[in-house]
Amino acid sequence: MLENFDLSLVDWSRAQFALTAMYHWIFVPLTLGLAFIIAIMETIYVKTGNPEWKKITKYWMTLFGINFAIGVATGIILEFEFGTNWSNYSWFVGDIFGAPLAVEGIMAFFMESTFIAVMFFGWKKVSKKFHLISTWLVAVGSNLSALWILVANGWMQNPVGMKFNPDTARNEMVNFWEVLFSPTAINKFLHTISSAYTLAAVFVIGVSAWYLLKKREQIFAKKSIVVAAVFGLLATLFTTMTGDNSAREVVRDQPMKFAAMEGLYDGSEGAGLVAIGFMSSTSSNGNDNMKDFAFKLEIPNLLSYMAYMRGDAFVPGVNDIINGYTDHDGVVHPSFETKRAIGQKAIAALKAYKEAKKEGNQLKAKQAQADLEANFKYFGYGYFNDPYDTVPSISMSFYSFHIMVGLGMWFILLFILALFLVYKEKIADHKWFLRAAIWSIPLAYVASQCGWIVAEMGRQPWVIQDLMPTLTAVSNIDSSSVKITFFLFLIVFTGLLIAEIKIMTKQIKIGPNHGGK
Amino acid sequence: MFENLSHLALQEYWWVINSLLGSLLVFLMFVQGGQTLIYTVAKSDLERTMVVNALGRKWEFTFTTLVTFGGAMFASFPLFYSTSFGGAYWVWMAILFCFIIQAVAYEFRSKPSNVWGAKTYEAFLLINGLLGTILIGTAVGTFFNGAEFTVNDFNHSRWATPYGGLEAVLNFHNVALGLTVFFLARLLGSLYFMNNIEHDVIFERSKKQLLYSGIPFLVFFLFFTIRLLVMDGFAVDPKTAMVSKEAYKYLHNLLAMPLVALLFVVGVVAVLFGLIKSFLADKYTKGIWYAGGGTILVVFSLFLLAGFNGTAFYPSNADLQSSLTIQNASSSHYTLTAMSYVSLMVPFVLAYIIFAWRAINNKKLDVEEIEAEEHLY
Repeated sequence: MLENFDLSLVDWSRAQFALTAMYHWIFVPLTLGLAFIIAIMETIYVKTGNPEWKKITKYWMTLFGINFAIGVATGIILEFEFGTNWSNYSWFVGDIFGAPLAVEGIMAFFMESTFIAVMFFGWKKVSKKFHLISTWLVAVGSNLSALWILVANGWMQNPVGMKFNPDTARNEMVNFWEVLFSPTAINKFLHTISSAYTLAAVFVIGVSAWYLLKKREQIFAKKSIVVAAVFGLLATLFTTMTGDNSAREVVRDQPMKFAAMEGLYDGSEGAGLVAIGFMSSTSSNGNDNMKDFAFKLEIPNLLSYMAYMRGDAFVPGVNDIINGYTDHDGVVHPSFETKRAIGQKAIAALKAYKEAKKEGNQLKAKQAQADLEANFKYFGYGYFNDPYDTVPSISMSFYSFHIMVGLGMWFILLFILALFLVYKEKIADHKWFLRAAIWSIPLAYVASQCGWIVAEMGRQPWVIQDLMPTLTAVSNIDSSSVKITFFLFLIVFTGLLIAEIKIMTKQIKIGPNHGGK
Repeated sequence: MFENLSHLALQEYWWVINSLLGSLLVFLMFVQGGQTLIYTVAKSDLERTMVVNALGRKWEFTFTTLVTFGGAMFASFPLFYSTSFGGAYWVWMAILFCFIIQAVAYEFRSKPSNVWGAKTYEAFLLINGLLGTILIGTAVGTFFNGAEFTVNDFNHSRWATPYGGLEAVLNFHNVALGLTVFFLARLLGSLYFMNNIEHDVIFERSKKQLLYSGIPFLVFFLFFTIRLLVMDGFAVDPKTAMVSKEAYKYLHNLLAMPLVALLFVVGVVAVLFGLIKSFLADKYTKGIWYAGGGTILVVFSLFLLAGFNGTAFYPSNADLQSSLTIQNASSSHYTLTAMSYVSLMVPFVLAYIIFAWRAINNKKLDVEEIEAEEHLY
């Protein structure tokens, strides 16, 4: 069935979505985290009345404003891109997916845009308390907007609370709360926002470290580091915890993603976790996607423990998932061939249903509907012929996952060291630490992007897990149009990013004592 | 409460909400109109800074309303979202690019080391104001004149021309609506400056612009409206759901829905009153409220004409039976019900917007405030 689809269109549409989403995600985490850091700083100002804290708050607010604007610019396209480039997807799941996007607009965006105005222009016009509440509401609003879009994303990874309606040929929501409180959605939200807080904390520490290295703004920098390090340490610990929870969900709901993240080809009981690993260019199993490991340092039993909280639990590898297996919970997972046969039955049943309806044959329609419902679980598998087409890019998933986790560990250490050195009043003397803190800023962005690469590339080839392959989700447009818009986005967003970085670095050089002018 | 309503009642409720969002969006496009007047009403650097800052404190509302309108359309009428956005690719992409460049323009314009220079960001504002309004108006024109798409049994849509929706400009009636929106936005922009900025010269120049925007606005608006009332429309048979062309359909809709006709007439009178009084009176600053309120009423009633009384709101010229109606394009009963509960938050949202704005916007923007402001656009 693959031959019926324009693969170049799918690839370019994916490339464009990846490009725009990754650009957007450069700016969003800083906004999400900095909003809270600013709110905490302003709270200290209001509590103590110390004007130094007001200056600190205003300075980080200037950087927040610059970053926020470009986050908005890169964000609008994502909402509409579901329609422009993924129109079949928009119909197939629009009944569920559209609602969070609308709620996001009504609940979150208006809150953000209203109170951001008070935050920037209200210093001399409203009371201290009103201003402080507004700053907190900006933080809450921006994080609420993250909630709704992540609920939508979580649903794509683990579709719940819906039923397929053959009359409209789409999935329809039957339980809003199940969609909203799906453990996948909740974990995804918490993991994503806490990682964003981590990035913002690393950013504040890195910028402050630069001042200390230049022997400028010492009090400002040290105070900023204290707030950011405490906030960042709590955030990274929470990120670790939610990431750990996610692992247990992924192994159950998206086992292929889990296997790809670990480069696990053949599963076993008491599986080890690859702490560090490098893949070679060869693949002894004859599959280019499943490269041999040139080197790996494995911690015995840890993967089994991570997945099922039992060191001896069975963790499936790529081949087990293709051939079928029974998991540690006793759930039987059919082989690819079985799922494919079920999927093909479901697709045929949908067609039969439509034909029966046209003929006005109610009995046949009822039978077809029953067949469809019985086989719908693996609907998407009906589009595949080769089992290895259901395996995501393993090297991409493996490396991005391991880079993300490795950097996460480094950030925990960074925050602890920062707190320790500030406490000992020696932070300005340790130039190696200050340099490391500055270099950690780009690393935080790398870790953050890697997280999304694991989440989104790791779930390929699905746009909706097991139900809708990415290649059936695209709009029926010509690939040349998408190519053109891809390059337009590349040019415009790169141009804006260059301006953003230049403006930010200039503001940092100007420092907090010049009112951001 | 909402779960007891029929599917049709919920579809109508959501069409009303979307119509309200659409009409608020057109009113708030005074920001776009104002952006096309920056060089006309402001000649010195200080004047330009005042004008840009007066607009800059409002741009996010227009932007947020546009995004919410898109989200609400997706949630309530997903078939419109998938068909129009996925098909009229180039129209929507052009609109989106106009708004992408606007979002950074205010924040980056006056910042040092902004790489591309203040003039580039001002050009972004101009493009957004000019093309953004004309394209949105032209796109909405296809609600009445139809678009070129087909929808199959599985509700997969396909565009019937290779031009991705740009062919809409070949119909002058669509373009006339685009130009109406453009001149209306300029008109509202001028009225906003007169209301929001304490500066005699800017006031007088804005007042002069009322005439230059007002006359073309009236010409295009009258052409659009008269043609709308005498042309064929797209009627839906309530029993068979078959779509057919009907002579004077929108006139029939207007006559069949007297309340909508009343809203339309009151809206037009309010826009004219706001415009004429602001132009003739000596120091009248309240024109924006009349013209803005009138705009909301007129656009709201136009949306209702497009979707109510058995009308296809997004007709297809390529295949009449593919036309979208509020019934065949909507979300399920359950989703519309859930969304309707969410919509109860709207009055609360409006209340805090008004409350917050009253607190920080209680006097006009003057030179003194601009010179003391730390966060300048």
